[in-house]
Amino acid sequence: MAQHQVNYSQDNGLPVALTTIDKVVNWGRSNSLWALTYGLACCGIEMMASGASRYDFDRYGTIFRSSPRQSELMIVAGTLTKKHAEFIKRLYDQMAEPRWVISMGSCANTGGMFNTYATVQGVDRVIPVDLYLPGCAPRPETLQYAVMMLQKKIRKEKAGNAQRPKRLL
Amino acid sequence: MRAYKPKDDVQKKSYYTDRYWVAPMVPKSKVEDDAVFAADLEAIKTKFEVSDAYIQVEQMVVYIKAEDNVGVLKLMKEELGYTQLSEMSAIDWIAKQGQFEIFYQMLSMGKRKRIRVKCFIDQKQAIESVNPLFRSADWAEREMFDMFGVIVNNHPYMKRILMPDDWEGHPLLKTYPLQGDEFAAWYEVDRIYGKEARDIIGPEIRESARVDRYDTERFSRLGFEVPMGTEPKAKDAEETPLAYQEEGGVFMIDKFEDDKTEIISDRKR
Repeated sequence: MAQHQVNYSQDNGLPVALTTIDKVVNWGRSNSLWALTYGLACCGIEMMASGASRYDFDRYGTIFRSSPRQSELMIVAGTLTKKHAEFIKRLYDQMAEPRWVISMGSCANTGGMFNTYATVQGVDRVIPVDLYLPGCAPRPETLQYAVMMLQKKIRKEKAGNAQRPKRLL
Repeated sequence: MRAYKPKDDVQKKSYYTDRYWVAPMVPKSKVEDDAVFAADLEAIKTKFEVSDAYIQVEQMVVYIKAEDNVGVLKLMKEELGYTQLSEMSAIDWIAKQGQFEIFYQMLSMGKRKRIRVKCFIDQKQAIESVNPLFRSADWAEREMFDMFGVIVNNHPYMKRILMPDDWEGHPLLKTYPLQGDEFAAWYEVDRIYGKEARDIIGPEIRESARVDRYDTERFSRLGFEVPMGTEPKAKDAEETPLAYQEEGGVFMIDKFEDDKTEIISDRKR
């Protein structure tokens, strides 16, 4: 305790920061987006470049994790084949809520140039997507912009358990 | 040599094809032209029936009976020195003659020669595995089964190799549609959510060139962004430059100011 008397009305006011729970929680969530290492094709190379030192995803608090249980962001980087579709759904379900999905590149968005029998025509047929990132393949700067857009989206969300879980069905 | 296409109406008829154009064949030459191949062919002919043989692109092509495939390959491996099976698969000639053509591409490193052994099987006919002779046939035969539905007898692990195990159809058949049949179109939905989810998820959108810049649910408008689902106000909405942060700033994070940024032109600075 201070020995002297503090006049809160004069000396810079109360020594507390006033904010809302939503802001604090969203600040934490948006700046510690741990992404699932999920490179499926050539977009995965750009995703790896984004994580490496030149583009440095760690600045955003985006750290790649190898386990879906430790991650809240899934960057679907590449072509999703029909054989693999059930596994992406399983991995998505294993991620703890709240969770977000960036669909990176044309193949993940719409199937891209693989207009064939074996390619899922957009990952949003299997899992709910928060952000579609166009490009073939998007450059690391574009992926950084996507993460910043996602942070912007997260800041608008309500904190707390009342958050509506995202389900495709 | 490419087929002659009149260029004056290319724009009008991009689908124009000459119905009477016949693809030129690579010229064939007689087996006797090459002494090594002639000796090999004689060795095969003494034990097995050869229906046709010729040299094409410096490789000998030998047509044998489908029952003799293991015997011929064994002879070639053990006596003629063709110790590698570099590739094998099937060719779909069902529309033309109701048969598959099976080919085995053999390589002799000692002779520096390649021989393609070919045979025909009927649509439902199985073929004997050459896996005991060449380990490279293991996956190749599985792929042949996966892509064409050709069943291989006495294969140690006759299972699909590329497509999922519960897939229906064999994709490399000429009758298989490129964009998949109905089973393929709904495969992931049926597998994950069940058939009753088909109505909710809807069919695949296969029109890859489809762009609707006023559809703000499915298409972004880069530089003219509006929130998802909202109607753009004017036909051409106001330009919204890239914004990394909200207008009022972000809690506990420095404001990113565009005009104070510096673009480095000298990489070595």
